[in-house]
Amino acid sequence: MISTKNLYKSFGKLEVLKGINLEVKKGEVVVIIGPSGSGKSTFLRCLNYLESPDAGIISLNNMQVDTQEVKQKEILALRRGTAMVFQGYNLFKNKTALENVIEALLIVKKMPKDKAIQLGESLLDMVGLKDKRDQYPSTLSGGQQQRVAIARAMAVNPHVILFDEPTSALDPELVGEVLGVIRKLAEENMTMIIVTHEMSFARDVADRVIFMDEGIIVEEGLPSEIFSNPKEERTKRFLRQIINR
Amino acid sequence: MNFYNIDYAYMVEVFPRILRTAPLTLGLAFSAMILGLIIATCLALTRVFKIRVLSTLTRVYISFFRGTPLLVQLFMLYYGVPQIIPSLAKMNAMTAAILGLSLHSAAYMAEIIRGAISSVEKGQMEACLSVGMTPMQAMRRVILPQATRVAVPSLANSFISLIKESSLAFTLGVAEMMAQARMSSAATYKFFENFLVALLIYWGISITIGFLQDRIEIKLNKAY
Repeated sequence: MISTKNLYKSFGKLEVLKGINLEVKKGEVVVIIGPSGSGKSTFLRCLNYLESPDAGIISLNNMQVDTQEVKQKEILALRRGTAMVFQGYNLFKNKTALENVIEALLIVKKMPKDKAIQLGESLLDMVGLKDKRDQYPSTLSGGQQQRVAIARAMAVNPHVILFDEPTSALDPELVGEVLGVIRKLAEENMTMIIVTHEMSFARDVADRVIFMDEGIIVEEGLPSEIFSNPKEERTKRFLRQIINR
Repeated sequence: MNFYNIDYAYMVEVFPRILRTAPLTLGLAFSAMILGLIIATCLALTRVFKIRVLSTLTRVYISFFRGTPLLVQLFMLYYGVPQIIPSLAKMNAMTAAILGLSLHSAAYMAEIIRGAISSVEKGQMEACLSVGMTPMQAMRRVILPQATRVAVPSLANSFISLIKESSLAFTLGVAEMMAQARMSSAATYKFFENFLVALLIYWGISITIGFLQDRIEIKLNKAY
């Protein structure tokens, strides 16, 4: 469905991704864990070209993008086939909850307004925020903003949703409501790649867990394997640190 | 100073005569504002998107129009340039004044707009791109509307400056308020009364703009 081959990315002299190979199947939920600075977020941001990879191939369905000779059209196609949920929500501040959700439908998909509103309302309903449709982001809590952001990501009917630490900026008591929505999507077989520090959530929701460190995939496997019986020393050390916190 | 020398009756009489030219002043400033905003937005975007060559030309443009006197720019545009480019000789004084004022104010407004755009968080653009919008769609729908809110107070100042600077158009022969005040005073030698009336009308216009600015700010701030 979506895959990368030998994906490389450097910021100046700092090599952040050193050849990432990953294949995600339709309906699969892949959770990426790892210490900060390991390249998890950068990897996610390369998939929709918020960062431009230096080398490697990104495939989405039938499309293959060679990142060394990428065309503007391919970047747009990658972005239109994916959606992202950000750590800082990044809701459009000048638009209401509903407008946030339907903006891409109107502007990118050119959907008629009444149809877009109908779809937008049902998505807000799905994340439990139908009654907030006309409120601006500044009047919503972090958890509510993130749920609107998830509805916005769903709206474009993406092949895959990329979650970049979706709960890291939230107050602890608000984490649950966002994870609940993501869990619901997992049950509906939405394809998702999730970067998170919520280990128990990862264990629950993931079909596969990836452990990244220093720009490479160190280890991957079923959540039960990774969390209960990691093979690599680096994985063990990371999990020990997390659990002993 | 003897206040009894002021001819109040004359002021009352000349007031409507000068006020009648206020629409021309307003039209001049308003047209220059609109045209200036369009030019300024284009200039700002070359710098925001760091477009090669164009962003450098923008720097030169801003430096030139901010670094030279408006009066000389107006004279150059109306009297000078047509000697080199004869097809511009047909340009009338009003057109020249609007063009000159907008080119000048665009240099200031470009920096205001650029600053306002940079003040919008990077995440807003990323969110737009992540749902498949093009950078231009993102600008139009999300970034510029948010930047507008930041820019309005400074742009209102630019507009007030334009109202005042439009008085220079009399030097090109545009019959705006300053021209009328000069003409009446030359005929009657009542300089004090004429210029006082003109000043009061300019002041009134500026106060009105300030009032409108408050209204616009309240409206734009409702989302925040």
